[in-house]
Amino acid sequence: MSPYAILALILPLVFAAGLGVAVPARAAVEVDVNKGVIAPLPIAIPAMAGADARASAIGVDVSKVIAADLERSGYFRPLDPASFIQQGLDVEVQPKFADWRTINAQALVNGKATVEPDGRLRVDFRLWDTFGEKQLLGLQFTSTGEDWRRVAHKISDAVYKALTGQDGYFDTRVVFVATNGSHRARVKRLGIMDQDGANPSYLTEGAYLVLSPRFSPNGRQVTYTALRQDSARIYLLDLETNRQEALGSFSGMVFAPRFSPDGNRVAFSVDKGGNTDIYVMDLHSRATTRLTSEPSIDTSPSFSPDGRQLVFNSDRGGAPQLYIMGADGSGAHRISFGQGRYTAPVWSPKGDQIAFVRQNGGEFHIGVMAPDGSNERILTSAYLDESPAWAPNGRVLIFARETGPGSQPHLWTVDVSGQNARPAPYTLPATDPTWSPILK
Amino acid sequence: MSLFAFKAPGSTLRAGAALAAIAALSACAAKPPPPVPVNSTPSASRDNYTPPPPPREGPTSAPLPGGPRPGSTQDFVVSAGDRVYFDYDQYTVRDDGRAVLDRQAQWLGRYPQVAVRIEGNADERGTEEYNFALAGRRAEAVKGYLVGHGIQAGRISTISYGKERPLTDGTDEESLAKNRNGHTAITTGASGG
Repeated sequence: MSPYAILALILPLVFAAGLGVAVPARAAVEVDVNKGVIAPLPIAIPAMAGADARASAIGVDVSKVIAADLERSGYFRPLDPASFIQQGLDVEVQPKFADWRTINAQALVNGKATVEPDGRLRVDFRLWDTFGEKQLLGLQFTSTGEDWRRVAHKISDAVYKALTGQDGYFDTRVVFVATNGSHRARVKRLGIMDQDGANPSYLTEGAYLVLSPRFSPNGRQVTYTALRQDSARIYLLDLETNRQEALGSFSGMVFAPRFSPDGNRVAFSVDKGGNTDIYVMDLHSRATTRLTSEPSIDTSPSFSPDGRQLVFNSDRGGAPQLYIMGADGSGAHRISFGQGRYTAPVWSPKGDQIAFVRQNGGEFHIGVMAPDGSNERILTSAYLDESPAWAPNGRVLIFARETGPGSQPHLWTVDVSGQNARPAPYTLPATDPTWSPILK
Repeated sequence: MSLFAFKAPGSTLRAGAALAAIAALSACAAKPPPPVPVNSTPSASRDNYTPPPPPREGPTSAPLPGGPRPGSTQDFVVSAGDRVYFDYDQYTVRDDGRAVLDRQAQWLGRYPQVAVRIEGNADERGTEEYNFALAGRRAEAVKGYLVGHGIQAGRISTISYGKERPLTDGTDEESLAKNRNGHTAITTGASGG
């Protein structure tokens, strides 16, 4: 699969009968993502029709991928196709709403797959409000045949947005560290997969340890730390060409790299003589600026979405806590004040929250707080939860969990409400996830 | 195919040394006993007696079986100790560590051609990047002690392995304590490789 093949067309689909309004009006049926408890919305996603046998097979698979995406979000409950009363839906004909209301489907996604003579895939789909008896969406997606999963994810994103009011996160990928072997003799390779676990592959061969990968804002590069027997350095890896280059030349150990939101800078830590400070490098001029100079550990920098501030981890107060400073290193101040140790802060892409790891009472927790330190909420608790990373919509966190002493780490996801914590759809041992932006 | 470039710090050398010692002992045991002269020719006269040759001169500097060759990595491990341990989230060298580092400094003073790499390690009860920095501090604390005791800084490099290269897979407190360490690895200059 060519990872960044562009979907050629995303067109509003105009309903032939003339009732359709392609632009989503405010949906009568909708999911309130801010409610205390998520009540998943019952939704029917019948297999998409196909113009021929090949298209029908693709249509079945597209519908399955959409159902799995929406189910995993926690906001939707795809209904069992065996319960469907109306069969053989035509995307150009209004569905029998009563048949869908009978099985309590509050929303319906139907469509049609077509394989064009040139091999391209076209999928027309509509989203219906079965109780309001109206169309909420009508769109047409076109892609290369091999990118059919991406078409499904684009449809999931459109449905999710129409019904929750928030941007989706399904047409995305996750880079992570695939681990192999016992803790003592671990091989760590960079891995990449679609967010639903499909198309996994390795990006490095395991000749050295890899740590803390981070996506670039355009999703085309990853920066990460390579730990060898006698060096720790940071790299830029281009996902399209698979070429990589070392960033900078320092006498000490370099680690914890992250991009600025505009993609023009990388912040990272350098350990010189046992003192770890934060630096930032301009990727065009390669000029490096030192941002901290305390005799403490200053690491795990993460930019605010406007690029004007950084949250970071420091033990300058005696124990690891979270601090915020200006992007020029000015005005550093502490924002975490609870019991225990705070590390690994990551600023939400929406800007409203900072996720972190809090170690307290013998357990590790993923939590979130506002950038001013208020409204701290603990979302998870386990023997070891670490390395939180945000989905591009700022609604879901992916992290690494070891359930007990000596267990292998696995990727998990959790809604920012703290609900819907579940293993990510990648079953092999892994740590250090990073979530791409929505693919173009 | 070895996918991983690291040696498990220390364990390879120790295992190798133990194997070598076992091999030496078993080689001795397997050697056939020297022929015992039997007085089977009572008729032989004393005039024909030829005194047995003097015992062959062995290398006088040969180590005892299993003993390390002076100046070797194994000698360093056995006679000085190659690892010092730290308290949780601490990088101050403890009293027991100072005793080890005093011996390391003496040993390194005797073998000025030897260069070492100090590898800092942290246990798994912390997050990755903080522990990477913490283990870097531990490596530097060991280096600082050795430099303070007369070893040229140029002979000592440092690296942090964070919590990535634990000494043991165990997760009880004793194992975690072992995984919080500074390991002194000889990189060049040891005798016998």
